[in-house]
Amino acid sequence: MSLLSLKNLFKTFGGLVAVNGVSFEVDENAIMGLIGPNGAGKTTVFNAITGNYKPDSGEVIFDRKHITGMPTHEIVRLGIARTFQNIRLFKSMRLVENVLAGCHCRMKAGVFSSILRLPSQRKEEARAVERSMRELAFVGLDSQYNNLAGNLSYGNQRLLEIARALASDPRFLILDEPAGGMNDQETEDLMEIIHAIQGRGITILLIEHDMNLVMRICKHLVVLEYGAVIAEGTPEEIKKNPLVIEAYLGAEE
Amino acid sequence: MNARIIDHPQFSLLVGVVFFMLMAMVPTGLELSGVSGGGIAQLDVLNKIGIYAVLALSLNIILGQTGLFNMGHAAFFAVGAYTTAILNTMYQWPVFSTMPAAGFLAALFAFLVVMPIIHLRGDYLLVVTIGIVEIVRIALMNNIFGITGGPNGIYGIARPALFGLVFSSVKLQYYLIWSFTGISLFLFYLLEHSRIGRAFNYIKHDDLAAAGCGINVARYKLMAFVLGAFWAGMAGTLYAANIRTIEPMSFNFYESVILFAIVILGGSGSNAGVILGAFLLVGLQDLFRGFDSARMLFFGAAMCAMMVFRPQGLLPPRRRRYNAWQLVGKFASAIRRSYPCDEDKRNDR
Amino acid sequence: MEEFFQQLTNGLAVGGIYALIALGYTMVYGILRLINFAHGDLFTLGAYLGFTLLVSWGLSGVLGGLAVAGVLILFAMGLVAIAGCLLERIAYRPLRNSDRLTAVVSALGASIFVQNAIMLVCGARSQVYPTGILPTTIIPIFGVDVSAMRFLMFGFSLLLMLLLYGFIHKTRLGAAIRAVAIDQDAAKLMGIDVNRIISTVFLIGPALGGAAGVMVGLFYGQITYDMGFSFGLKAFTAAILGGIGNIPGAMVGGILLGVIEALGAAYISIAWKDAIAFCVLILILIFRPTGILGERVAEKI
Repeated sequence: MSLLSLKNLFKTFGGLVAVNGVSFEVDENAIMGLIGPNGAGKTTVFNAITGNYKPDSGEVIFDRKHITGMPTHEIVRLGIARTFQNIRLFKSMRLVENVLAGCHCRMKAGVFSSILRLPSQRKEEARAVERSMRELAFVGLDSQYNNLAGNLSYGNQRLLEIARALASDPRFLILDEPAGGMNDQETEDLMEIIHAIQGRGITILLIEHDMNLVMRICKHLVVLEYGAVIAEGTPEEIKKNPLVIEAYLGAEE
Repeated sequence: MNARIIDHPQFSLLVGVVFFMLMAMVPTGLELSGVSGGGIAQLDVLNKIGIYAVLALSLNIILGQTGLFNMGHAAFFAVGAYTTAILNTMYQWPVFSTMPAAGFLAALFAFLVVMPIIHLRGDYLLVVTIGIVEIVRIALMNNIFGITGGPNGIYGIARPALFGLVFSSVKLQYYLIWSFTGISLFLFYLLEHSRIGRAFNYIKHDDLAAAGCGINVARYKLMAFVLGAFWAGMAGTLYAANIRTIEPMSFNFYESVILFAIVILGGSGSNAGVILGAFLLVGLQDLFRGFDSARMLFFGAAMCAMMVFRPQGLLPPRRRRYNAWQLVGKFASAIRRSYPCDEDKRNDR
Repeated sequence: MEEFFQQLTNGLAVGGIYALIALGYTMVYGILRLINFAHGDLFTLGAYLGFTLLVSWGLSGVLGGLAVAGVLILFAMGLVAIAGCLLERIAYRPLRNSDRLTAVVSALGASIFVQNAIMLVCGARSQVYPTGILPTTIIPIFGVDVSAMRFLMFGFSLLLMLLLYGFIHKTRLGAAIRAVAIDQDAAKLMGIDVNRIISTVFLIGPALGGAAGVMVGLFYGQITYDMGFSFGLKAFTAAILGGIGNIPGAMVGGILLGVIEALGAAYISIAWKDAIAFCVLILILIFRPTGILGERVAEKI
């Protein structure tokens, strides 16, 4: 049973066709990779799933619900969380506050209970802090919870984004180049974390340029070029696919 | 962990309590010090500072906490003040009973005018809000609905009374205004340290990331405006009751600029900074009354200079602190067991 | 019909002035993404400089009407251009790399400063331009008597705008300005001296504003130290109406706004005249924030 399916997605910017009829499905609790050369439209596909861009046509179906064109925050509530390619943390805020942002959509306190600090609000707040600390511990940043996000190393900032996304209790996690800027050791650790996320029953879709990571971690890959899917299959199949080799290395004359 | 008192999570609360205890002693202190006129003139200025402090605190929710460039705050203030004036002089409502109505109407007005423009960014919002405050002023001048009294405004607003106590003297007004300021400050402090306050801050830092975390950005932006306007409307009641005559020119663009400047120069997002800003801008304005014409010149130059040399304001906001140490200790082991992954290796980093 | 024609020509004359001021806003915004709030007050400065020259030097006794107007305008343009350049150096350049709110607040401060400096020097009372400098001839068009001054105003605004347009599109410096507006960093890498370009823009914009100031003085006959606020805000509205950052847009927007305002004042209500421009501003930002000639730009995520 697929958790997410894209059907014939189109998105243009002015005259440029960024996504040209993309369709694929992501199975429940899979780790799937979306790869392709720079400018192939991978991030645009992500943005269409998460509601940052409204696709011109096509459908995004998540857990049998049409979520095409829904606002981002509602999509997050339904259980799709993401990280950003160009890390978008709240840099001048503390680690724990960054993760608390993820908890926001699972909290209920309104203006009145907040402004009057009712017992229900205090309890909820304590639970959210606890949850945030758990997620920080999950990625190994718990000891730095009171530091500022901007002071973290690049690799740790990526992990913090993952913790923030996890705090929103997603069923589906979208990672946009999670290993970007990480050294080898950090990438190894990241792979463990991604496996652990899968262990929590969360489905993962990721964009990554580190082929070593992609081939080792993903069971299924989709290859995009010029906004269209050119190949799909297991890492072994993809490695042998002539179209993919051509897309990455250029055509042989 | 060092245990400096300034790092304590409740430090700002402590400072606030001390500050308001001192403020409570000011009238008696002025009387005892033998200032001419028993300190009436000074209290009058402090009353004005108090009203501006409430206004600036309410603007701080919008501008400082949420990062929305609202240059039209005087419009919400005007709606509140006129609501009180009209209900009191035409329908004989007691002044205090008009306060919720003033807040509500200002909030409703904010909701209606801001909703269609809430998606505008930065300086676009700034210009539109200037447009709104100007339209409101022009509407008041033109005696809209035949009830605002045109350019002359409305006079003869009654003194507020509570349980038979009429706040007629400057001193009683002082206690009234500063109690209101204190209560507002405390409630805003609680709001700031809640889910809502954090949502405002996330939006200020990066609204796209905030949406990506599941925050309904448009809703919270609107909420900031409505809350801020509600308080500005109530401040309008205080103002109308204090000054007893209101006219359109009291709510013009420059009023908004001064409020904006109080928040920015005091320290955007910082309640303590905003109070300091109100003291400096309103208080100094009064001190320089003699040089009336050069006052604004100095004010403009100070705004430029501050932005060049100290753009974060005089008292920038303290960062919230979280007492999560106990939580870490208590839960760390449980967490590691609950998720099947090799935690310890990562913790070595 | 006569009323309509009168208001239309009046709107064109005022619209030309709005357009001239709007050009200053739009050029600065195009390059620095900054609303130069002080621009409206530089416009006032132009009006007062022209007034001072006219009254203290007794020019009108020496030269003919149009020549006087020309000298006044050139003089005001030069001095206001210098003022604009100074303003950029003092209030904006130190903030080049800080966030937008900081720069906007500084611009507001500069606006308040310039306005009050004018008030301190020239007084808070309004000043009256001597009459009789421009011809008060009435031209009958289609049987309607229209003041020639309106055409003169409109024609002169148009001339300045065409000169600017030619400068931006036909000269090397103009090409450099366009390049900096599109991408400052890339322009820098191509060897363009960005600081010099920004200074140039702060010469041209205020110069046009200064010219508009003198024209308002000649046209309306009366100037006040705080007129820069409403003229500035309306001109900024015009810039947004046409599409901010877009030079032809500012011209179209200014003229359009002048006409809308004149017709609105005549057919809706004169008391609400000033509110009309703001309503236009709000409506355009709700329904087409990119303006008439602006292009939609997708945000990079």
